[in-house]
Amino acid sequence: MRISTFFYTIKQGFRNIFRNKLFSLASIATITACLFMFGIFYSVVVNLQNMVQNAEEGVCVTVFFEAGTEDTVIQEIGQKISGRMEVSDVEYISADQAWEDWKADYPPEYAEGFTENPLENCANYRVYLSDVSMQDSLVTYLESMPEVRKVNRSQLTADVLSGFNSLLGYVSIGLIAILLGVSVFLISNTVTIGINVRREEITIMKYIGATDFFVRSPFVVEGILIGLVGAGIPLAIIYFVYNKAVAYVLDRFSILTNLLTFLPVKEIFHILLPLSLGIGVGIGFLGSFITVRKHLRV
Amino acid sequence: MSDQKSGHKRKGYEVAEKAVKRKRKKRSGERDIIVLENVSKSYETGSPALNDINLRIRRGEFVFIVGDSGSGKSTMIKLLLRELTATEGTVKVLGYDLNRIRHRKIPEFRRNIGIVFQDFRLLKDRNVYENVAFAQRIVLTPTKQMRKNVPAVLASVGLAGKYKAKPKQLSGGEQQRVALARALVNEPTLLLCDEPTGNLDPKNSWEIMNMLEEINKGGTTVLVVTHNKEIVNQMEKRVVTLKKGVIISDEEKGAYIDED
Repeated sequence: MRISTFFYTIKQGFRNIFRNKLFSLASIATITACLFMFGIFYSVVVNLQNMVQNAEEGVCVTVFFEAGTEDTVIQEIGQKISGRMEVSDVEYISADQAWEDWKADYPPEYAEGFTENPLENCANYRVYLSDVSMQDSLVTYLESMPEVRKVNRSQLTADVLSGFNSLLGYVSIGLIAILLGVSVFLISNTVTIGINVRREEITIMKYIGATDFFVRSPFVVEGILIGLVGAGIPLAIIYFVYNKAVAYVLDRFSILTNLLTFLPVKEIFHILLPLSLGIGVGIGFLGSFITVRKHLRV
Repeated sequence: MSDQKSGHKRKGYEVAEKAVKRKRKKRSGERDIIVLENVSKSYETGSPALNDINLRIRRGEFVFIVGDSGSGKSTMIKLLLRELTATEGTVKVLGYDLNRIRHRKIPEFRRNIGIVFQDFRLLKDRNVYENVAFAQRIVLTPTKQMRKNVPAVLASVGLAGKYKAKPKQLSGGEQQRVALARALVNEPTLLLCDEPTGNLDPKNSWEIMNMLEEINKGGTTVLVVTHNKEIVNQMEKRVVTLKKGVIISDEEKGAYIDED
């Protein structure tokens, strides 16, 4: 391709947007609407996932040992637990530490009268999980060890979190399917308009002897530009509205402040920005490619 | 240094242009520029639009194709442009066998042909200059060369002062001149005109026809599809008459056969 042809193609791509103003506006509005819905949905899901993950990180299994188990054995067991895939962190609580923690948690008069540590056999490990749905298999493994006396776990919390996590997964898939359906419908309508707008122009170009590539290129450039603008608008709106929405939710539901931990907008955009731009450009590219293709066989 | 560079560029363009011209000359070197042998074209519904047509048009000829509506004129033009393919028979234009030509070769084939339509078919959102320059861009003419060619061809059709006008701002006659300039700017071997005077008043019609005659004198083969009896009769050129898809007459210095 000649350099002058390359620049001509780019220039025509820009000009096409202004030539068919109404069509360009309709296309940009369609992509904007689709990606705005996608952006909001993505922000909500990512925040929910983050909240669930935070809750999951707090869930732990406590392992107690038989009386008289030697420290070296306890240490070995600790290493084995740490090495397991589903374990994110293991914290050792010595008997003395356990007693100190107990005294700190309860009123001082409760601890009066004890001369020795009543929790002598209560040295334990707090095992934090990277995935709460794996709690059952971890507990089974721990209980199979002869040195382990007791395993405490919070089954209800784990079940709720695990259930919520899978529900979130299903809802995400469902919403993505609906969004895709709506997007395809809207975009195919826009492409149909585009076909009618361009039929005559493409036919003239082909009669004069333009190659498919020459005819298609400016339209593809136009499609990509429309896609970029269509992605940029919802991204800008979400970027500026996100913090306000978060502040509003936290203010309205202040009682849930501990549970509602929102990600900063920059973290959301880390993935949302390239994803939306990619989808926008992809839709623009494919839309124009398909539109023009219909008329190239003249 | 830049002079040397642009010199090389120009030389490159000239070499490429000569190669294209050699190729054209080789193809157009054949005596018959259009050859239709036993050509029939049927659509899915109705009777055949063309039925067993045999026609040869020589290099440098000026030919009228005449006939009533439904006689098959438009179908013939579409076959010659390879917009349609024949159901039966052979269609050869400028040495290209249009039944066998590959899709990607069609643009190369069409670049040898200038086309003028009844409804002008200009790009409405581009001005006169851009409409003509567009044909030059397609054949990858360098911008510098284009800046010489386009004004020259516009001047030759009498539109020297209207480069910036949009088609809407022009009269029918002027729009047809732009279409003619676009058809001529790449120096085609063959000029196909489909009812070029169909939307014009008699004065403009004659101006266009006189231009076509001048172009023909320059060596370009001109084929005009028309139903303008007066023009056909006064110009005394070869006339091929179609009726219901069949050639009923083919005469040198012929006349319009009036069915009424």
